[in-house]
Amino acid sequence: MGYELSRSQMDEIFSKLSSHYDVYAPVLKKGEGTFSDIDVIRYDRVHSLDEIEWEKRSDYSFKEVLFPVNETLFYFTEDETTVPKAPEKGRIIFLRSCDIHAVKRLDQIYLKNGFEDFYYARIREKTLFFLMGCPGDCDGGFCASMGTNTTNDYDMYIKLAGDKVYTDIKNPQFTQCFDKFNKADVAPDFVSENKEKVTLPTNLPKDVIDNPIWKDYGSRCITCGRCNFACPTCTCFSMQDIFYKDNENAGERRRVWASCQVDGYTDIAGGHNFRDDKGSRMRFKVMHKIYDFEKRFGYSMCVGCGRCDTICPEYISYKNIVNRLADEYNKKEGK
Amino acid sequence: MSLDINTKKAKKNAWRISKERGMGASRIRIPGGYCDADILGLVSEIAKEYGNGYVHLTTRQGFEIEGIHLEDMEAVNAKLQPIIEKSGVNQNPEDKDKGYTASGTRNVSACIGNNVCPFANYNTSKLARRIDKEIFPNDLHFKVACTGCSNDCAKVRMHDFGIIGMTKPEYDPSRCVSCNACIKGCNSLSVGALSMENYKIVRNTEKCIGCGVCITKCPTRAWTRSKQKYYKLTIMGRTGKKNPRLGQDFLIWADEDSIVKIIKNTYAFVEEYISPDAPARKEHIGYIIDRVGFEKFKEYALKDVELLPETKMNTNVYWDGIHFS
Repeated sequence: MGYELSRSQMDEIFSKLSSHYDVYAPVLKKGEGTFSDIDVIRYDRVHSLDEIEWEKRSDYSFKEVLFPVNETLFYFTEDETTVPKAPEKGRIIFLRSCDIHAVKRLDQIYLKNGFEDFYYARIREKTLFFLMGCPGDCDGGFCASMGTNTTNDYDMYIKLAGDKVYTDIKNPQFTQCFDKFNKADVAPDFVSENKEKVTLPTNLPKDVIDNPIWKDYGSRCITCGRCNFACPTCTCFSMQDIFYKDNENAGERRRVWASCQVDGYTDIAGGHNFRDDKGSRMRFKVMHKIYDFEKRFGYSMCVGCGRCDTICPEYISYKNIVNRLADEYNKKEGK
Repeated sequence: MSLDINTKKAKKNAWRISKERGMGASRIRIPGGYCDADILGLVSEIAKEYGNGYVHLTTRQGFEIEGIHLEDMEAVNAKLQPIIEKSGVNQNPEDKDKGYTASGTRNVSACIGNNVCPFANYNTSKLARRIDKEIFPNDLHFKVACTGCSNDCAKVRMHDFGIIGMTKPEYDPSRCVSCNACIKGCNSLSVGALSMENYKIVRNTEKCIGCGVCITKCPTRAWTRSKQKYYKLTIMGRTGKKNPRLGQDFLIWADEDSIVKIIKNTYAFVEEYISPDAPARKEHIGYIIDRVGFEKFKEYALKDVELLPETKMNTNVYWDGIHFS
């Protein structure tokens, strides 16, 4: 149900919401980018609508709210372990259509992949999603190609328009707060077409593993992992056991984000490493996004947000790699 | 033709008297080496109309228009007016159309800085323009340069005052993924001030030079820059025939205002102690300090300066270099 209300009315509702929920949204962090006097947009707690970056896509995705960069799984002493308490409050995440589609991918891995991940589930079940519209095509995004440009799967849509606010309520628990306001037809702002277009390769042959494209891009990659850390659908983590310095009989086990591009990802006992060269790491990442995940779950992993291309310091374009593969193999298939 | 020219005055008026009889060169200062491209057109016009069509790009980031007849000095000075205005160089209203009214205090030069360079920790040309505004015109021989980071591409250690950009790296362990990129970066590009303990980074604050490499390498924004911009002030570097030497660190983790004040304060020190025998009242400040002592220099330089609590000052500074005399 859609409503029109004033900005001050919405601010009042928002301040009530933020006392019941921890609200997370994209925030422009001044000067906290990679280089001097460069900003970064990433998710953080917000207490008012003014703190939110509404225009530009965030550099890092919302996923850290559901899947923290560092998460303590348990603390251990000599003969006991203690699991940290779940966050008391529920969470609200402001995000765009492509990212709502990414939540489905995170759920796929953490909830519907054999068993439920205890830590993910306990945050996820208390999380609500507030849709932000897309004012226009974002830099490098190709959501329309991936079919992630529209969604119905949100609790509330909020659009600011000067001193007016438009909302579309999908979650009935919020209907009551808005019922006193004027009803309106509110359709979220979605992008219908992007400048960037991507065609997925179909029926990739096994010998794609030998395609020179991997060596080509691998030689340019610096294995920093930014593409993975910015990606809303990458879910890999690594384990760290920490023994406290002043008492090594106590400590904690953490899980920490991992990247298939960064050294150490495929290290195994005995010092072996499955994917030592950068090209095979690049191949693994791309094939996972466009082939392996789909083979297993029936839909493509990448949501086309374009963050990996924008964040790459070496100007490696994942999108271009995918298009080059499609170009090469889809043509062959047509013959 | 017999020329009657006050060469001392001409030199102070930013003219070079050429080795070729009757010829000179007009020296144009561009603070920070950063200018509106229209200035290039204006320089070109003068070079073609009055010079021999050639321009030297000077080591101090100015232009020197070559091959100008000394009798054209006045006409060329008038042509410099739009350049002086566009480049924002100080000029007293009564000196309009008279060119530059001093040349002793040299153009404040700068590396390209954080307008462009990923390593730079501040806007070098902006600071260079600010300092130029504060100290020019003045006949005393001061050389000041700004560089964005400890790479020192602007060679500021060869200046009386060298300003090197620093940033204090701030670490958020909750965003760190133990990828080692900062450690590798610091080891290969900088001083090796980082190590890992329990999967988190430890920064050796004694060793860290505030270059910011860790921040540029961090893929998750666990490392970010301090809001406060910091600078290292190196002093009394010089070239020359007697004792060329590199400038040494005076202040580390200093702020911009203190540095500007120290440079300005040093003019009073030089006025007081410059050698009466200095040719054309031109003596590198370092020689004056060598003569009167570092304590005396500090007394003048630090007058009314309030350093940040975190600023480290070397209370004594020693130079080495090559001694030829």
